Amino acid sequence: MNALTAHKLDTKALVDYLASHEKKSLLRFLTCGSVDDGKSTLIGRLLYDTKLIFEDQLAGIERDSKKFGTVGEDIDLALLVDGLQAEREQGITIDVAYRFFTTDKRKFIVADTPGHEQYTRNMATGASNSDLAVILIDARKGILTQTRRHSFIVSLLGIKHVVLAVNKIDLVGYDQAVFDRIVADYKAFSAGFGFETLQAIPLSARYGDNVLEASQSMPWYDGPTLVEHLETVDIDSDVDSKPFRLQVQWVNRPDLNFRGFSGTIASGTVKPGDDIVVARSGKASKVARVVTMDGDLDYGRAGQAVTLTLEDEIDISRGDVIVPAEARPEVSDQFQAHLIWMNEDPLLPGRPYILKIGAKTVSATVTSIKHKIDVNSFNELAAKALPLNEVAVVNIMTQEPVAFDAYGDDPAMGSFIVIDRVSNLTLGAGMIDRGLRRATNVHWQALDVSKASRAGIKHQKPAVLWFTGLSGAGKSTIANLVEKRLLSMNHHTYLLDGDNVRHGLNKDLGFSAEDRVENIRRVAEVSRLMVDAGLVTLVSFISPFRAERQLARDLVAPGEFIEIHVATPLDVAEARDVKGLYKKARAGELKNFTGIDSPYEAPENAELVLDTTRFSSEELAGQIVTYMAEHGYLSFGPDYEI
Amino acid sequence: MSAEPLTHLRRLEAEAIFIMREVAAEFKNPVMMYSIGKDSSVMLHLAMKAFYPSKPPFPLLHIDTTWKFREMIQFRDDTVSRLGLTLLKHTNPDGLRDNVNPFDHGSNVYTNIMKTDALKQALTEHGFDAAFGGARRDEEKSRAKERIFSFRTQNHGWDPKNQRPELWNLYNARIKPGESIRVFPLSNWTELDIWQYILMENIPIVPLYLAKKRPVVQRGGQWIMVDDDRLPLLPGEEPQMKSVRFRTLGCYPLTAAVESEADTLEDIVAEMLTARTSERSGRLIDHDEAGSMEKKKREGYF
Repeated sequence: MNALTAHKLDTKALVDYLASHEKKSLLRFLTCGSVDDGKSTLIGRLLYDTKLIFEDQLAGIERDSKKFGTVGEDIDLALLVDGLQAEREQGITIDVAYRFFTTDKRKFIVADTPGHEQYTRNMATGASNSDLAVILIDARKGILTQTRRHSFIVSLLGIKHVVLAVNKIDLVGYDQAVFDRIVADYKAFSAGFGFETLQAIPLSARYGDNVLEASQSMPWYDGPTLVEHLETVDIDSDVDSKPFRLQVQWVNRPDLNFRGFSGTIASGTVKPGDDIVVARSGKASKVARVVTMDGDLDYGRAGQAVTLTLEDEIDISRGDVIVPAEARPEVSDQFQAHLIWMNEDPLLPGRPYILKIGAKTVSATVTSIKHKIDVNSFNELAAKALPLNEVAVVNIMTQEPVAFDAYGDDPAMGSFIVIDRVSNLTLGAGMIDRGLRRATNVHWQALDVSKASRAGIKHQKPAVLWFTGLSGAGKSTIANLVEKRLLSMNHHTYLLDGDNVRHGLNKDLGFSAEDRVENIRRVAEVSRLMVDAGLVTLVSFISPFRAERQLARDLVAPGEFIEIHVATPLDVAEARDVKGLYKKARAGELKNFTGIDSPYEAPENAELVLDTTRFSSEELAGQIVTYMAEHGYLSFGPDYEI
Repeated sequence: MSAEPLTHLRRLEAEAIFIMREVAAEFKNPVMMYSIGKDSSVMLHLAMKAFYPSKPPFPLLHIDTTWKFREMIQFRDDTVSRLGLTLLKHTNPDGLRDNVNPFDHGSNVYTNIMKTDALKQALTEHGFDAAFGGARRDEEKSRAKERIFSFRTQNHGWDPKNQRPELWNLYNARIKPGESIRVFPLSNWTELDIWQYILMENIPIVPLYLAKKRPVVQRGGQWIMVDDDRLPLLPGEEPQMKSVRFRTLGCYPLTAAVESEADTLEDIVAEMLTARTSERSGRLIDHDEAGSMEKKKREGYF
């Protein structure tokens, strides 16, 4: 029975208390440590000591301690924070969990991240929203490889405040010499990490020494307890004094008389009358109002969610950034960034991905991996691909220019995530270092002779006929027949064939996944130029990956890409084996052979699917030409327009 | 200009507004789950702020199990008409036909059919691609690992091991047709934050949260309110008038009251500060077995 006695506190005391509680600030921190460092125990201790554990939860833990506990008869505080069933049975945490506690001075949100597999991904996730990191060290073990790794990731994510929690100090007899040695070792390797505060605290999470209460066993330590430090550390990064940035999330248009731009102020302040520009277009206006439901603000500051109205009707949409005329961010389609990869499928340069940066979503490719960084040794290593949980410095090119600041100057303006175009999974997270060139310097040449005029004299609508399918499916045979027919109808064509291109343009490329991506990228670019020249361009390539075919499709205008799946089943293609390649692949003489030891991702929305088991090559070529005629590619007449 | 940092409540408020604007901008057909409770009241208040002077660009959805407290339904209808919003209501027609209720079918089967299945039906029927829920990470252990944008398969299933990493405030809203995202803008709020914010912003709440003499029976060590004559009384049970209130609101036969004299918001907050039990202890469905909430969530419960 939870009979609560109503505590009718005297009203003034309560009002005072609430007023002080409402004024509390918020500190978000993460804890890093490995399975055995006692991280979950420390968080359990914080919740327990700050009285955030309720009786019914405690009863649950006592019950679970008997079932899963690892500390004998005592209550296992770690069980408070090890959430999901599977984790409890394995005795480890496998994801990021968020915990909450509060003291009289501050409210705290703790990101609890695991220290083993997936460590980089989970730690980066927890660190991305944290102001401070508590790095746990087992006093018996001192600085380990993982300590270096945790510190590196914390620094990578731009965290400026670190607590070095030297835990299990009870197990080394509360020895000051052990503590001092660990602190000295730590300072030696972390000197370049840009931490503004570094507080080392000897503590015992299990017994509570120096967590909330000062330890009686360490008279030699005269620093703050962990909670004292967390309550008082100054984490204000002065976001108000930075240049104003507002990333427009949503255009607010309730009626014809109101047009506002809703977003959260990333940094700086704004007030009516301020001169602003839209970063990407450079269009200028003045701020008219800073609107909220609680009334217009005299000025808006970093962290506030507001709606701006402007004095002029200028074109602004989601993803635009409103900035002061005199302090603009960079606008470019190329930049250098640190990238953390979070997916089983490695990052491949040249492959098209989606970037979300602020409220802007844009297509992008990594043009080169400058180097990987070994998170344990901090060494720079050469790399052609970036596997799960690894970090690299990369150059990125976006399909259109984006507005950004360096992550170190403004995390909200310099952070992005990488999304897979097909699966929609979040694959990676990036922090922009700097722009590589100003996009304003690389205007496209405006040409007098256009694609339309080139196509017009050929009496055709240019297009890419992209033949994809397994080796031996019949792609080149059918493409050749199509080209012959088109030529006989006086159309202008060109055929790019996989084997032929590999003898010239792409002869430097092999058959690894990275090289296949680059192979397709070059062919896609060449076919774009040919379409621009007004040609019907036939491309006959295995092109096994959906993402690369999508890239090729995106390079040309809608309607200019006809994906033709030559859908010969593997067993049929292998039975034909015209070039004897399947035999070699089966024998292990050919590596990365599509369909054997390298995947083929069949098209999901091909314009044409050819059934080679029912129709002859001649019939299939006829189907393609019919499709083109019916869809207006082969129209005649001088008034053709794109 | 003040150099004071934003207070934690203002930071939480701004975070929730940011999340709601992202959803409104990125999804074709979002909906806000409206359960009438205090968290829903706060969520709705934040939605009014997020889009002001526009109205929230999505409807509210209430899954009506037909076993809600009468005062909740009254409050729901008053709120919707006061704010001028669109409310969609859904009751599982199969459950209604079979008269599924918490007494004859047990809380597990009842919750599955009248809440989880009903919710899935409504989401599928309207083709919603995003649904806001008022769940908080401090409520329950498996919720502590929940993302703010929580991905659901075409069958509305949740796989805790296969969630997208969520960094900064860059929420990945991309889905394929039929898939959806559950969005939790109050993830980082605690129960105390909710009450303080209600107090600070003067947000209307269902009167059941405030203490009042109400007819109750004692069952399994908890007080159950006799909200209408559908509650079958066991032999020897006699409803008695007690000053009680509710820390959490759900279906009345499944939601226990606590004895309390706290009849103002200030009193409630004061009571919270001295409380020694968590609010979900009043939810009978969480007690079934260890990991019970995780199981329900995998099946599509909010």
